[in-house]
Amino acid sequence: MLAIIRQTVSNGASRNRPAFYASRSYSAAVKEMTVREALNSALDEEMSADPKVFLIGEEVGEYQGAYKISKGLLEKYGLERVRDTPITEAGFAGIGVGAAYYGLRPVVEFMTFNFSMQAIDHIINSAAKSNYMSAGQLSVPIVFRGPNGAAAGVGAQHSQCYASWYGSCPGLKVLVPYSSEDARGLLKAAIRDPDPVVFLENELLYGESFPVSEEALDSEFCLPIGKAKIEREGKDVTIIAFSKMVGYALKAADMLAKEAISVEVINLRSIRPLDRATINASVRKTNRLVTVEEGFPQNGVGAEICASVVEESFGFLDAPVERIAAADVPMPYAANLERMAVPQVEDMVRAAKRTCYRSV
Amino acid sequence: MRFLSESPSLHAHCYRVLDDNGQLIRHSNFIQVSEDIAVKMYSNMVTLQTLDTIFYEAQRQGRISFYVTTIGEEAINIASAAALTLDDFVFPQYREPGVLLWRGFTLQEFANQCFGNKADYGKGRQMPIHYGSNKHKYFTVSSTIATQIPHAVGAAYSLKMDKKDACAVTYFGDGGTSEGDFHAALNFAAVTEAPVIFICRNNGWAISTPTSDQFRSDGIAVRGQAYGVRSIRVDGNDVLAIYSAVHAARKMAVNEHRPILIEAVTYRVGHHSTSDDSTKYRPADEIEWWRMARDPVTRFRKWIESNGWWSSEAESQLRSSIRNQLLQAIQLAEKVEKPPVKDLFTDVYDDLPPNLREQEKLLRETINRHPKDYPADVPL
Repeated sequence: MLAIIRQTVSNGASRNRPAFYASRSYSAAVKEMTVREALNSALDEEMSADPKVFLIGEEVGEYQGAYKISKGLLEKYGLERVRDTPITEAGFAGIGVGAAYYGLRPVVEFMTFNFSMQAIDHIINSAAKSNYMSAGQLSVPIVFRGPNGAAAGVGAQHSQCYASWYGSCPGLKVLVPYSSEDARGLLKAAIRDPDPVVFLENELLYGESFPVSEEALDSEFCLPIGKAKIEREGKDVTIIAFSKMVGYALKAADMLAKEAISVEVINLRSIRPLDRATINASVRKTNRLVTVEEGFPQNGVGAEICASVVEESFGFLDAPVERIAAADVPMPYAANLERMAVPQVEDMVRAAKRTCYRSV
Repeated sequence: MRFLSESPSLHAHCYRVLDDNGQLIRHSNFIQVSEDIAVKMYSNMVTLQTLDTIFYEAQRQGRISFYVTTIGEEAINIASAAALTLDDFVFPQYREPGVLLWRGFTLQEFANQCFGNKADYGKGRQMPIHYGSNKHKYFTVSSTIATQIPHAVGAAYSLKMDKKDACAVTYFGDGGTSEGDFHAALNFAAVTEAPVIFICRNNGWAISTPTSDQFRSDGIAVRGQAYGVRSIRVDGNDVLAIYSAVHAARKMAVNEHRPILIEAVTYRVGHHSTSDDSTKYRPADEIEWWRMARDPVTRFRKWIESNGWWSSEAESQLRSSIRNQLLQAIQLAEKVEKPPVKDLFTDVYDDLPPNLREQEKLLRETINRHPKDYPADVPL
């Protein structure tokens, strides 16, 4: 039996994983898993381990999930634990909170977080603040999950990123998985966490395949909430990203390596709590920072990272922080316009070069 | 081709047991109530009425910052609580402290919350009247309107999953039924067959908005049918009617796994809160008429007196005893220390996170360096 590294939710060691899996001596064929399979397996395992965990949302049951994340779960766990709801985000978010107050562990799915705005009063006023307002009497072990941010050609009302909105609220934990291991480890941790968690997935990542280690496949595998991951070590400039943008940042790092710029890529994994320690340690090492997000620029995640770095590592910066975000417009539909409204790999390459005072 | 009319030719029937003089209406069926329960209900109603009067005065004197009275709605509070069991979960709005009182919350505990002192179960986190007590299964009052209605359905669904012999009960006003949460919750409760009782206190007013500006349906009871929920309209100032209706509703909810909607028609005799002066939007003589001629406490007293279960001696004894207890509770609550500084940071999350630990440390350092800038009565 493999040694199982149980990483607890509040204080686990951050695992700095080098980008090359070939350095492992024992693995012959590394297992690959899509993010969709990772989320599905995480839900399945947590529902199997704890009868209090149940899933509600639109299309989660008979339809197998709007994006097939809950495939097979209705058949396995039955109608009581996989509940198709009427079309009312405010309603089922409120019902989920009520069930959590009682002591169950609901996982509430929003078809996209754009629709969570209908339910945001319950997420913030009924879930996030309740433990504090009731002085510990009402705990809310609930997970709100679903795709967040832009997909492809879905227009303004289906493309917004809510990381910074939810990230500003005390009482919530906000997670942003990138890879399949992230998805498995963070969702399992979120379901086990006694606090309300907003779990922001990404539709375009659902079909993407990632290698997963043996321990990540274990049913006890959890990642610590609040620890970022250094996806790739570097020494010239730090690029901080989350969710889909981590993949773009890694591609930018490859391109920049050809021009002898060594990029350190940080995958945030968690917006709240924000891993300021890892962020600042990296900036103190490289002295240059580029933040990347898919959301709108004003009051965004990059703004908070910038503030944290200025507060704690001002003397270590050799160049102003570069923030890359979406264009400050509602997402257009036309493919050419959409491409220009979201960050592209080239934007990150140019920003990194600017921090290195290289001509672009 | 026949359109369903927007308003029925006959209003939904209103269930009553006692007439305005506290005498049984002939041919009215109701659940018999023993002398013990009847006297206990009456004492609780008097206690609630006195609690409200004294705490309202305390706010006017500047001793507490805010208060909300339940004057005129004592029957709904006490009789409904008496018909439930202590295993049932209560999701209040904010005009139902009587339910908590019935369940055993003491006058001192009420006072502690209103003064936000160290003994407050809410650790001074919320405004007065935002009571909450896990041991009484009374979910902490939150200021948002109607959000508790879907919460109750979620809890009811959980009770059903756990196969408990209990239901969830939630209270809300006529105004709250306009919120989206009311609609979603009733719909959901019907679809999921949840054991939940929805009790609407239709008291005629949502702050200054009369029901004629709130909705155009025939009150709230008829809305139940629109969602497939069994409903009843009840005289909200009639203790025996409320008791019987809630008793029957609970049986149906728990045994048949169905939601029930009860519309209790009443009148909000007091102002919306201490921040309101309702004479600005309704005639003072209307308020007086409901306060005196339609008082639910007096009406029930007439019934228990006619049964020989009460007397004017018992009445004056009870009222002065409660008044003294309340004055003492307030005096004591006023003297108790406020919650300590550490309670500013706890319960945001289950565990105290490092950033808040750091903030607390910085706060204490600042207080040490500048003690004159901080209130002397907040313990460190």
